[in-house]
Amino acid sequence: MEKFVRPSKRKLDEARAVEAEAGVIKKADGSARFKIGDTEAYAAVYGPRELHPKFLQDPKTGVLRCNYNMLPFSGDGSRVRPGPSRRSKEISLVTEKALLPVIDLREYPNTVVDVFIELPQTDAGSRCAGICAAAIALADAGFIMRDMVAAVSVGSVRGTVVVDLDGAEEHMDENESTDVPVAMIPSTEEITLLQMDGIVAKNDLLNALELVKPALKLIAEKQREALRNRYKVKE
Amino acid sequence: MNRNIKEHVRNSLKKGIRSDGRKPLEMRKITVDTGFISTAEGSARIKFGDAEVIAGVKMALEKPFPDTPEDGVLMVNSELLPISNPDFESGPPSNASIETARVIDRGIRESKTLDTKSLCVTRGEKVWTIAIDIVPLNYDGNLVDMGGLAAMIALKNAKYPLVKEDGSLDYHHKTEKRLVLKRIPIPVTVCKVGDVFLVDPTDSEENTIDARLTITVLEDDKICALQKGGDGSLTTEDIAKMIDIAIDVSKQIRKTFMEAD
Repeated sequence: MEKFVRPSKRKLDEARAVEAEAGVIKKADGSARFKIGDTEAYAAVYGPRELHPKFLQDPKTGVLRCNYNMLPFSGDGSRVRPGPSRRSKEISLVTEKALLPVIDLREYPNTVVDVFIELPQTDAGSRCAGICAAAIALADAGFIMRDMVAAVSVGSVRGTVVVDLDGAEEHMDENESTDVPVAMIPSTEEITLLQMDGIVAKNDLLNALELVKPALKLIAEKQREALRNRYKVKE
Repeated sequence: MNRNIKEHVRNSLKKGIRSDGRKPLEMRKITVDTGFISTAEGSARIKFGDAEVIAGVKMALEKPFPDTPEDGVLMVNSELLPISNPDFESGPPSNASIETARVIDRGIRESKTLDTKSLCVTRGEKVWTIAIDIVPLNYDGNLVDMGGLAAMIALKNAKYPLVKEDGSLDYHHKTEKRLVLKRIPIPVTVCKVGDVFLVDPTDSEENTIDARLTITVLEDDKICALQKGGDGSLTTEDIAKMIDIAIDVSKQIRKTFMEAD
């Protein structure tokens, strides 16, 4: 079989260039910007603060509430209509679940910790970029975390497994590619987000999950570096 | 906002003292960045001090409105995103965000900055729609002035997408063709607290003022839009003074527009 060359000429297990920055939104309690290729996410954390309506409050713990939103000019084609969609609500939900395993809010009963994720531009992999930004923002806000959460997608394009699909790869052959967004706690290699679009055999999936680990650890390093730069911490 | 802090900010402003050390008619430092959003046809990031706003322009070919069959369509939208300030909540657009968008829209529309006739491709069938979305990332007051400048710079930065042979758009390929901007409206909001006038209010200053007047100024010092806000009232003498201030400040802001690409 002919070897698959990625449109971006990247190596098969190579993620796009990453930029990460902490403390970018002064009004927030914690914030971050995370850019991977042409996909960019801002995240801001507000809280712990009072949760309304009251019946949503939990006397045992604070509640993590994430909100993922694509800005109107961030879409691949024409303008995205502002406001929540079924897609953005689902992504908000899985983002919460991706972050919860590293964070403990039992010290803040009856409160909410709001995480707002906004995407000014996207080129595939936006939920993963959002999770990466949110994890940095939570750390920047001073929450005690077990570890970072890093996220990136892995998938197969024309039968070849590749890391961090970009828009060109995702839309190749009438969207026939398989896309698996993954979030991982780097130190334990536990997976906190796993979704898939497409068709895959069990062994191929397990191989893909192995292939993506080094890229995830590299991303986690960039996230930690953003926090070190913000607080001027030396190695 | 805490009532005592509010009272303190207000009393200081009445004496012309601002918490960031600025003089009443002094703007924060303006910084501009353009063309950084790959998915938008045009984009601008405006900072007044730490306050940050981004604007993106999206262009599309659509059917015109039946009553204006040969006019392109301009749309200005703004959302007070909860990411940008602890006081903003998720949900449908607030009245404040609708007012912001409409005041900016009025300046651009009434000055005929865009010649809508030139945006017509086929009469009654196909015209260009220009959508400008303005969103604060870090909201610290004065969104109308910041958003108005961001909208104009994003329009200046915009390039038409490629029209394919079948008439659909290829958003991945921008042409070199730009929009023609006939006028440059610059909105300037002047606030009044007691007997003091001030410009470029921060978030906490906005909460304590008596009244504000947004004056959108053109390059020949003519005015193309007005909006009075705040709970207090203004005399005609106040309005005359505020217009003088706005014309003066607009020259400063206009310079940043001219320098942006």
